[in-house]
Amino acid sequence: MTGLLHRVGETQRRAVRIRVDGAEVSALEGDTLLVALLTSGARLRESEFGDGPRAGFCLMGACQDCWVWTEDGGRLRACSTPVAEGMRVVTRGAPWPAP
Amino acid sequence: MAGPVIVVGAGPAGIRAAERLVEAGLRPVLIEESARDGGQIYRRQPEGFTRPHEALYGSEAAKARALHAAAEALRPRVDWRPETLVWAARDNALLVNAAGRSESLPYAALILATGATDRVMPLPGWTLPGVTTLGGAQIALKAQACTIGARPVFLGTGPLLYLVAWQYLKAGAAVQAVLDTSPFMKRVEALPWMLARPGLVVRGWTYTRDLQKAGVRIATGIMPVAIEGDDRAAAVRWRDATGQDHRTECDAVGIGYGLRSETQLADLARCAFAFDAGARQWLPVADEDGRAGVPGVYLAGDGAQVRGADAAELAGRLAACAALRDLGTAVDEIEMVTLRRRLAPMTRFRRGLERAFPWPANLAAALPDEALVCRCEAITAGTLRRAGGEYGAPEVNRAKAFSRTGMGRCQGRMCGLAAAEVLAAARGEPIEAVGRLRGAAPVKPLPVATEAAP
Repeated sequence: MTGLLHRVGETQRRAVRIRVDGAEVSALEGDTLLVALLTSGARLRESEFGDGPRAGFCLMGACQDCWVWTEDGGRLRACSTPVAEGMRVVTRGAPWPAP
Repeated sequence: MAGPVIVVGAGPAGIRAAERLVEAGLRPVLIEESARDGGQIYRRQPEGFTRPHEALYGSEAAKARALHAAAEALRPRVDWRPETLVWAARDNALLVNAAGRSESLPYAALILATGATDRVMPLPGWTLPGVTTLGGAQIALKAQACTIGARPVFLGTGPLLYLVAWQYLKAGAAVQAVLDTSPFMKRVEALPWMLARPGLVVRGWTYTRDLQKAGVRIATGIMPVAIEGDDRAAAVRWRDATGQDHRTECDAVGIGYGLRSETQLADLARCAFAFDAGARQWLPVADEDGRAGVPGVYLAGDGAQVRGADAAELAGRLAACAALRDLGTAVDEIEMVTLRRRLAPMTRFRRGLERAFPWPANLAAALPDEALVCRCEAITAGTLRRAGGEYGAPEVNRAKAFSRTGMGRCQGRMCGLAAAEVLAAARGEPIEAVGRLRGAAPVKPLPVATEAAP
């Protein structure tokens, strides 16, 4: 699937690898997590109310629609979180904490 | 009152306010939620990006450069607190959260420069991936060198609609259409006010001309019908001014109908609000210099009234002058008179914008019952109408209690103004009769693992 967002410049930055739903995704240093996820995919999360996928809206930290979860259950606002090497996030619902 | 002067928000208003306080020998606290100063319109790209100011800010490059330089010069002279969320205000203190720690900061004076976000009218399909606010579409480009799509449609009204479409055109996107709900005649009628800033009128006209030259379809006086797509935006359905239906295929949609002030902190600081008929929203009351009704609280920039970045710089400085004077520091009257005089045409221009690009309140009544109004909790227009009808909620806070509209994690930032229109239309009452959503702490969600500082 092609990503929602398209890069139009600043592509000479260092590559950063993260894991999204277990699969490796390549991003660039300085990307927000939202950009890292949406240049390769078309969703950030599933609405908890069953009305389908969401991919953020305001991109400026106001709408809170771009939450993603780390594999260990932490919550991140994707539009204001810089991507970091080795990040592991899930887009299909908050994971249950390990017992 | 003990404590320093605190400035909230490091955009054009907050930076100029802090700068004036520093000139008077103070060391204010400057709090910013994001990592970098600049605000939204002069938002900075991350470290390591290389595009020059001219590429990022176009005609406003010199202003952006000056503001960024001012902010950098301030850094050692203020208590600079980036990545810090102010989540409540009470008893002359702010509750702030940074890196998972919360603390209380008392203030002698508080200057709120909280800015604005896009004002949005929901339509069916607006929660689909690929749909962002106009401001969001601009941030993607400016701060991340990305477009929201290769074939976007821009939908809404206001100067930002044309500016963002133009910026996308320059960035190489194949803009499919610019769909404006405002009839063109409104712009003509608003000219007497708009000509308070003739340069901006000419610039707006230039954007339109460039878009037309590039073959971009521009339609005014339209009615949005729906955004279609299975799991991402694929088309916009709309009705033109003659009543004919259209379907424009696309891969992204930017929407926005002007801006709305961020007023939650003013509310928590107990500022009085009044209904502003021109803006069709409740705004905190302040005098010409930015003094709110509450002693020691000042408002500046788009968070007080949407007059744009140029006005925000002046209003930030003016609010700082007022605060200094109230704290007993002498301020030359000529400085304040000059700032007030320079702000006057900007206030008049703002009234022109409201006339030229009116918020399409009528669309709220036409919204289908099944359309989502609150995107946080997926609450439909029908549910909200029932809260106002069957359950008799007379105003938005009661309707929120009955339906949860505005209770979600955005605290009504995205849906609040539209929800009020839906409720007012359902009850057949004027918009001011249904009131405004009261601000509630925390104004934004806090991490679960927030600890109190000792």
